[in-house]
Amino acid sequence: MNPPGLVTACAAMLRRDLTLAWRRRGDIAMPVLYALIVTMLFPFALGPEDTLLQRIAGGVVLVTVLLAMLLALDAMFSSDIEDGSLEQLVLAPQPLALMLGMKILAHWITTALPLIVIAPLLAGMLHLPGAVLPVLLLALLLATPVLSLLGAVLVALTAGTRRSGMLLALMLLPLCVPAVIFAAGAVAAAQQGLPWQAPLAWLAAALVLAVVLAPLACAAALRIALDA
Amino acid sequence: MARWIPLWLHKLGSPPTFYRFAGALRPWMLALALLFGLIGLYGGLVLAPPDYQQGDAYRIIFIHVPSAWMSMFIYAVMGVAAFIALVWRIKLAEVVAMESAPIGAAFTFITLVTGSLWGKPMWGTWWTWDARLTSELVLLFLYLGVIGLYHAFEDRRQGARAAAFLAIIGIINVPIVHFSVNWWNTLHQGSTVNLFGPSKIAWDMLWPLLSMTLATKFYYAASLFRRVRTDLLALEGGKDWVRKIAESEART
Repeated sequence: MNPPGLVTACAAMLRRDLTLAWRRRGDIAMPVLYALIVTMLFPFALGPEDTLLQRIAGGVVLVTVLLAMLLALDAMFSSDIEDGSLEQLVLAPQPLALMLGMKILAHWITTALPLIVIAPLLAGMLHLPGAVLPVLLLALLLATPVLSLLGAVLVALTAGTRRSGMLLALMLLPLCVPAVIFAAGAVAAAQQGLPWQAPLAWLAAALVLAVVLAPLACAAALRIALDA
Repeated sequence: MARWIPLWLHKLGSPPTFYRFAGALRPWMLALALLFGLIGLYGGLVLAPPDYQQGDAYRIIFIHVPSAWMSMFIYAVMGVAAFIALVWRIKLAEVVAMESAPIGAAFTFITLVTGSLWGKPMWGTWWTWDARLTSELVLLFLYLGVIGLYHAFEDRRQGARAAAFLAIIGIINVPIVHFSVNWWNTLHQGSTVNLFGPSKIAWDMLWPLLSMTLATKFYYAASLFRRVRTDLLALEGGKDWVRKIAESEART
């Protein structure tokens, strides 16, 4: 029996993960609710002044989305490790990096995409000017895949440990500083009427680099972590 | 003629040989660290003239600058050892990488604390989100991440390999963090900490600084040797050479 081709395998992987996520729709809603609640707390804590909220809106939305993604990151491989399907994936004839890339894509679609959809609402709650909104959405579209890819490598590294939630935050936050800086820089520049294309170009470059390297690093990390 | 060098290096990679080697060298390293440290501190705190602008407050650089250099240097050592550990699976390299991390984190912490102590009278603030300061803080978090990951595993060797991988990822990130923060800073406001370029410092102030640099290097070697020796004993607990050491120590 010949193993299925690469495209078939990739499509099957993606379909499997998306189906699994759809069967547990409540989990998809959790990061979105978390982001809504965190954003809601800012006007309570800082007072409902329009000018202040406007100034911090871009950064708050970015950080909120980052934290919501961090919460969901832990679950990326956990169920697959519990039922042993990750070991099967490691043994499969298809390249592990490609399969993990599909898993990361499925995870991005189920956690980051709903957050991007809700981002205009979050920005509206903080009175972000409408003209800045496209830049914010573009920055999120470029920054969230970088976070998913970087996070996947770290989740794979912690795959062999028991409790990894806080550890994951400690490891991810220094690594995602550049993405946050560029995304926030683009939004801030757009808000001040300055050209905002350059930070987004840097972000896109980081994304291209991460798309190529992160699945490979993720596969290597998983092999280390499962190598008990 | 020079064949004994690679042979000796291969032998040094084995835990019992390195245990004896590090044990013999450690007192000398510690003595040199103390010697250079005392000379450097005397030269820096007593002999060197006060700065024309900052007065005596500048003297904190004799701690701050060597620590900052060590925080980078130890990360580089850790990265190289991590690479060797992952590629050739040498146990000693894993131990060296993992035992470097706490020392490097300590030097990074000292750098941050002394820097903010100096910043309060000079800049009027303990902390500012300047490129240098931020990248040093990120470096501290990278060290802490490596230490945390190492201790999260039950199997120490597996933990060491995972943390070594993280250390290598961190090495790629250090220049990115540095440049991105620089770039971000120019968008808002520019501030440069670089007061002492290599040619802009008087010899009276330079030689205590270099002496302190040597002292921190030797201290790192001494501290690393001690930590590696302890770790090797724990890792190789069931082996014959550890039993012999334990028996000879029990007899005396």
